[in-house]
Amino acid sequence: MDARLERILPQVQKPARYTGGEYREVIKDRAEVDIRMAFCFPDTYEIGMSNLGLQILYGAINAQEGMWCERCFAPWGDMEEQMRREKLPLYALESGDPLTEFDALGFSLGYEMAYTSVLNMLDLAGIPVRSADRRSLTPLVFAGGTSCINPEPMADFLDLCAIGEGEELDVEILKLLRRAKKEGWDKPRFLQNAAKIPGVYVPSLYTPVYNGDGTLARVDAAQGAPEKVTKRIIEDLDRAFYPTHAIVPSTEIVHDRVVLELFRGCVRGCRFCQAGFAYRPVRRHSTQFLLEKARAALEDSGYEEITLSSLSTSDFKGLPELADGLLEWCEPRKISLSLPSLRADNFSMGLMERVQKVRKSGLTFAPEAGSQRLRDVINKNVTEEALLNSCRIAFEGGWNNLKLYFMLGLPTETDEDVTAIARLAEKVLHTWREYAVNKARGVRITVSTSMFVPKPHTPFEWEAQVSIDEYLRRVKLLRESITSKSITYNWHEPHVSLIEAALSRGDRRVGAVIERVWRSGGKLDSWTDYFSMERWLEAFSACGLDPGFYALRTRGEDELFPWDVIDVGVEKRYLARERGEAYAGRVTPDCRARCMGCGANRLLERRGCDE
Amino acid sequence: MNRILFAKEGRAVYISHLDLMRTMQRAFIRAGVKIRHTEGFNPHPYMNFALPLGLGMESRCELMEFSLIEPDGPEELPARLNAVLPEGIRVLRAYESDLKFKYIKWLDMEAHLFYYNEAHPAAAIETFFSAPALVIEKKTKRQTANVDIKPLIASLKAADAAKGEVLVSARIAAQDPGLSPPQLISALEQLDSALKPDFVRFKRLEVFDKDMAVFR
Ligand code: SF4
Repeated sequence: MDARLERILPQVQKPARYTGGEYREVIKDRAEVDIRMAFCFPDTYEIGMSNLGLQILYGAINAQEGMWCERCFAPWGDMEEQMRREKLPLYALESGDPLTEFDALGFSLGYEMAYTSVLNMLDLAGIPVRSADRRSLTPLVFAGGTSCINPEPMADFLDLCAIGEGEELDVEILKLLRRAKKEGWDKPRFLQNAAKIPGVYVPSLYTPVYNGDGTLARVDAAQGAPEKVTKRIIEDLDRAFYPTHAIVPSTEIVHDRVVLELFRGCVRGCRFCQAGFAYRPVRRHSTQFLLEKARAALEDSGYEEITLSSLSTSDFKGLPELADGLLEWCEPRKISLSLPSLRADNFSMGLMERVQKVRKSGLTFAPEAGSQRLRDVINKNVTEEALLNSCRIAFEGGWNNLKLYFMLGLPTETDEDVTAIARLAEKVLHTWREYAVNKARGVRITVSTSMFVPKPHTPFEWEAQVSIDEYLRRVKLLRESITSKSITYNWHEPHVSLIEAALSRGDRRVGAVIERVWRSGGKLDSWTDYFSMERWLEAFSACGLDPGFYALRTRGEDELFPWDVIDVGVEKRYLARERGEAYAGRVTPDCRARCMGCGANRLLERRGCDE
Repeated sequence: MNRILFAKEGRAVYISHLDLMRTMQRAFIRAGVKIRHTEGFNPHPYMNFALPLGLGMESRCELMEFSLIEPDGPEELPARLNAVLPEGIRVLRAYESDLKFKYIKWLDMEAHLFYYNEAHPAAAIETFFSAPALVIEKKTKRQTANVDIKPLIASLKAADAAKGEVLVSARIAAQDPGLSPPQLISALEQLDSALKPDFVRFKRLEVFDKDMAVFR
């Protein structure tokens, strides 16, 4: 271990985050490796190690001969301070080698508030943050992840973006890099060739041109660069790499359990949900495959808990067989099974009942909007009746702790819709009074609201976010409409949501804001410990930009968006149609009831959606 | 009761005591070794560690007690567990014992002292610790008390290692009351700050009962 690191570790909180050495960490012989990549996660170890994507890509890349993928996370403030004081550059956990010695640094961009940490990590490694200032071929700095479907805010910092699912794409990029190294290519030559790999977006090959009003006039693609970059997907999930030999952290992380991914994509089409559109089309694992992998992963890790993960678990076609199979194996071994993101329907409730025989911890429903009208607008196809029915089953089953999630500031929302949240919560309370098996224990109903953030590649990508003042007014209105003491109301801070909205629909000019925020001390912005609204507002104004232009403005129907260069499958004309349906208050059936022709099936070569 | 003697070295020294319990639990499951659970409302595998080791300290003599459900074959336990333990945790021996951990009285330890600027001869350190009493301030959660740590040191030797490095070997009281190795450094810091090292590496070597016989 580096002597500087050894001196630092006793001084910092939870040093095990910074040492590596966990079970199933991959160590390779440097002599047999010709491509070294660091998977960089711009958040803490505890968050990053809970990320299934990390475990998948880590395993998939390390399965390649001659490639060694290591991990690197953002240090917490105390560690960063010590590292800078001791002049210890950011290193990868497996080898302890500084990031400058790597061929490629692949950042995972899952959420916008991590952007400043990317810059901070590069700087901690002693690497220039701007792509243009990095002249040599390596280390190549690239990124993947959901946020890359609008790569523009981070365009100046990244050499390339891997759009979509990375299992195959990342390996293709690294193979090209291997060739470039061997043949002595310079960085421009490599990037020109990389742009030919489907799913690769090379920001430096595209030049945005703006109108006088600040909107995008056009984007000039350099010769050889595709007009649009189409998202990559894995068509047959059962044949893709599955992490049954995942790293088991030696210190506690956020999701300290086996995570079983049932399918990718979602058949529902809730209009506010970016994941619901960005991950289309739906592809599933077979039940048999999942049962095998679940057992293998549990046996390999020694975890005593497994959770099913997907956007809407209830929509998994083989759920009854899967649940039976898992329970049969888990119960005698005292392994617990958790089922997040279940829909409020009878079947799911019955399943919850079986799974949580002992532990009746909290139950969460997300109606998202209080009134049926607004739920129709957002295409959240859950009726009040169904919700109350589920609550009844829950209360009859002995649950007495229920959480309800809503968004405030959804398009077309009126005060009526806001107070409808309070009325709905009261009906839930009423249901408890009527059906609770054990009233003496009391009940706790928690209503939470967050501020709606319109996202790229959704039907609401044209929409304005409500202002912070307006959000707070609606919060006050809702707070005053909730009268019962059994109902607790929590609302999320709107400031981060405003910045998130500005970043998620930002253009390339926003990169300067991100850099300025970072230069004035910004990092780990998803943590309240670090987020500073003043810092962001100061940076926007110093760069001559207005966050309101990005967050609070309703876009013209024909406006060209910075993220239009990315084709996620679902077409813009379909999003526009869905937006029209939203305003008409009409719901769209889910993909299983009827294919509405969103365009995502174009990404499939051999089969149809959801087969 | 079944017992293992294990070492905690290298990067594993940063695994905290709480995390070590989780790590061991999972390793037993991975190895397919079934152990008894506690009774009661929230049953969990019964595992009892002797003398929790401070974060960052290395040890060659950690002891953990548990109870095998299938009593056959503890001989192969070390190999089975070592195959599934994280780097740095190594089971040295598995055996049975009914000696209670509370009979551990002394332990041997090493402190590797580093001085970055000025070198200090080991002799000065040995002289320091040979004083008839070493009264230091000890902070607990609520109050500060003065304690004489001298009776807690059975023996202590210091030897010059490399330049600017001194190796202190000591036999100290393990518990009730015990001396924590960093308190030796506190003594230097408080009573002769010139001898305070810039960095220290601690290692636990062996545990003993009251008669100075190796404890297992
Ligand atoms: S193509 Fe049809 S079935 Fe496939 S995701 Fe789009 S709407 Fe759903």
